[in-house]
Amino acid sequence: MSTTLGPVLDATVAPTAGARLVEAHKPDLLLTEDHMLCPGCGEPLAVRVFLEAITELGLTRQAIAVAGIGCYTAFSGTVDVDLVQALHGRAPSVATGVKRMLPDSVVFTLQGDGDMVNEGLQEVLHTAARGERVTCILLNNGVFGETGGHMTSTSVIGQRTKNTLDGRDADQHGYPILIGDLISRLDGAAYVARGSVHNAGAVARTKRMFRRAFETQVSGAGFSFVEVLTMCPTGWFVPTADGPGELQRTLAEVHVMGELKVDGRIRTTEELHEENVSRQREVEAKLAAGGLDT
Amino acid sequence: MTARTTGPTTGRSLMEGSEAIVRAAIVAGCRFFAGYPMTPFTEVLEHSARLLPDVGGVCMNAESELEAVGMAWGAAATGARAATGSTGQGLSLMQESLSELTMAEVPLVVFNMSRGQGDYFQATRGGGHGDYRHIVLAPQDVREAIELTQLAFHLADKWRNPVLVYGDYLLAHTQEAVTVAPLGFGTLPEKDWAVDGSRTGSGWSATVTPLGVAKLGQRQYGQEGKAQYIATKLPLLEREVRVETGYLDDAETVIVGFGTPAKFVKHAIDQLRDAGHRIGYVRPITLWPFPYGTVRDAAVNARVVGSFEISSGQLVDDVLIGVAGQAPVQHLGGVSSDHSGFGVGRLLDVDEIAMRILALHRGEAQPPVPGYEEFTYELAAHQQEATA
Repeated sequence: MSTTLGPVLDATVAPTAGARLVEAHKPDLLLTEDHMLCPGCGEPLAVRVFLEAITELGLTRQAIAVAGIGCYTAFSGTVDVDLVQALHGRAPSVATGVKRMLPDSVVFTLQGDGDMVNEGLQEVLHTAARGERVTCILLNNGVFGETGGHMTSTSVIGQRTKNTLDGRDADQHGYPILIGDLISRLDGAAYVARGSVHNAGAVARTKRMFRRAFETQVSGAGFSFVEVLTMCPTGWFVPTADGPGELQRTLAEVHVMGELKVDGRIRTTEELHEENVSRQREVEAKLAAGGLDT
Repeated sequence: MTARTTGPTTGRSLMEGSEAIVRAAIVAGCRFFAGYPMTPFTEVLEHSARLLPDVGGVCMNAESELEAVGMAWGAAATGARAATGSTGQGLSLMQESLSELTMAEVPLVVFNMSRGQGDYFQATRGGGHGDYRHIVLAPQDVREAIELTQLAFHLADKWRNPVLVYGDYLLAHTQEAVTVAPLGFGTLPEKDWAVDGSRTGSGWSATVTPLGVAKLGQRQYGQEGKAQYIATKLPLLEREVRVETGYLDDAETVIVGFGTPAKFVKHAIDQLRDAGHRIGYVRPITLWPFPYGTVRDAAVNARVVGSFEISSGQLVDDVLIGVAGQAPVQHLGGVSSDHSGFGVGRLLDVDEIAMRILALHRGEAQPPVPGYEEFTYELAAHQQEATA
């Protein structure tokens, strides 16, 4: 117990940086720092990350978004990006039409797992198989968030939703589709990655994936795909603060993070697992040695 | 042999309707087409795949009709002139998009090389959800299809509304000696609403959406507002009505027909006129907006109005609306195709049609539709009361 009650900060020295507003932290390509999604939602993080990647790559004045239908559609009016609103599931075809007419633009879709993997599965598969020079972005939270928490094709076995009250049962509801793995097998797909936004390290890693995906598109190498696991505490029926932990325990166990295809080389789930475990060990070792910066 | 390099032909060339339509689309500035093969639309896709690349255009062999309309939606959203098409069956698959992209004001041109006239309701009432209309142009032959295809692109851009060109097996596959030359329909405003990425990051980026959403700081319509905005546009679109009439001055009997069968109707009426019968016709060129006023005016002085169509009776609904009780209305015609269900049936014959028109004119019973005697619905005992 401390006995001194003196100042812990030196008030005689001026601050090294000026006061910053929340506004100062928003990406350039957002028109407002506000969003309309639930507390704890991972989608705003994912949106932030790919907007920053676009800016950092200097692709701002050529980026065109094609939005699907889901919670993230609420960003269509607040992202400062030329945008075409597509129907549920149909964004990859619309993006194809845009890109074919404007080959010098950078076209990406923004879709959820309900949109892409349920309603529009054939769209994304064919677009990948064609090697279309677009980037499809999947925000995968394993649940229909916008309708209030229903099973999607990526929901994990055992997941409780409003229409799988006793948990997703493989006998009755089938198995989750690992869409990233599926797409990586298609020859037209040049870059396929699965990131997450459940902690700072994952966010940084996901941003690198977005950069590589957009670079792949610009290079003309083929179709690029980034799946981002996002928290949905509302649709998972867990407390807001439990979102990241729940993601790691459930979604990330089935949809394993990592780069699934780079330069035409497909990586197995085991390889990704090994990489993730060794990354985790590195972080733990650094923490034990006194912090991540050492 | 027609030149392959461009849309326009030099002088008259013998070509089938599908090719003429594609060449007309190209001279109208169409640079994107997406489609999925289906008879009798297939040749429109074939000619697009063959001819569009020569003018720097793109033809996508879409993996389904859903993807075809999505691709065309995206292309049109960039401001390019774009088109898709199919038969009525394929258009059924596209309906969700066709309705939503109307709310998004995407100026798409759609071709229906239909398997008959039974897609009239689909074309004019819309097979999709929500509150929308498409301008529908129904050419009677290849020559007119060249004009109406070009008009379709103009009207789509003028109103930022999809335009449907309603053709059929006969139009798609009949060869005529025609000239494909560009037509002028007046100037159009810049497509400042289209997306090209150049405004991204400007604080004033563009949004093409059916949802009434605009970027923060721009005018927000909202879902209701957007639907109301579209609703107030419709009366203006109705001014685009086009119709051809003949012999109406003294007509006691008026026949309404559209598309390629209307050309047969006109020929039959020419013959009946030569024989001294006072019969006239109304041929809607736009199925929507429908020439209700013309039909009403014709009906005021007529004894009876007939609606000839190769279907169980769809056009007749619009004829009834137009006639508005001024004269009795009778559906002539019926379901008729070849055995495949795609092609031309026994009813599409000038003598058959003339016989029906004359029966109506004379107040006699309609002759049976060829084939109906063989495939008439058979009443079960429990259904007898319905006809008692």
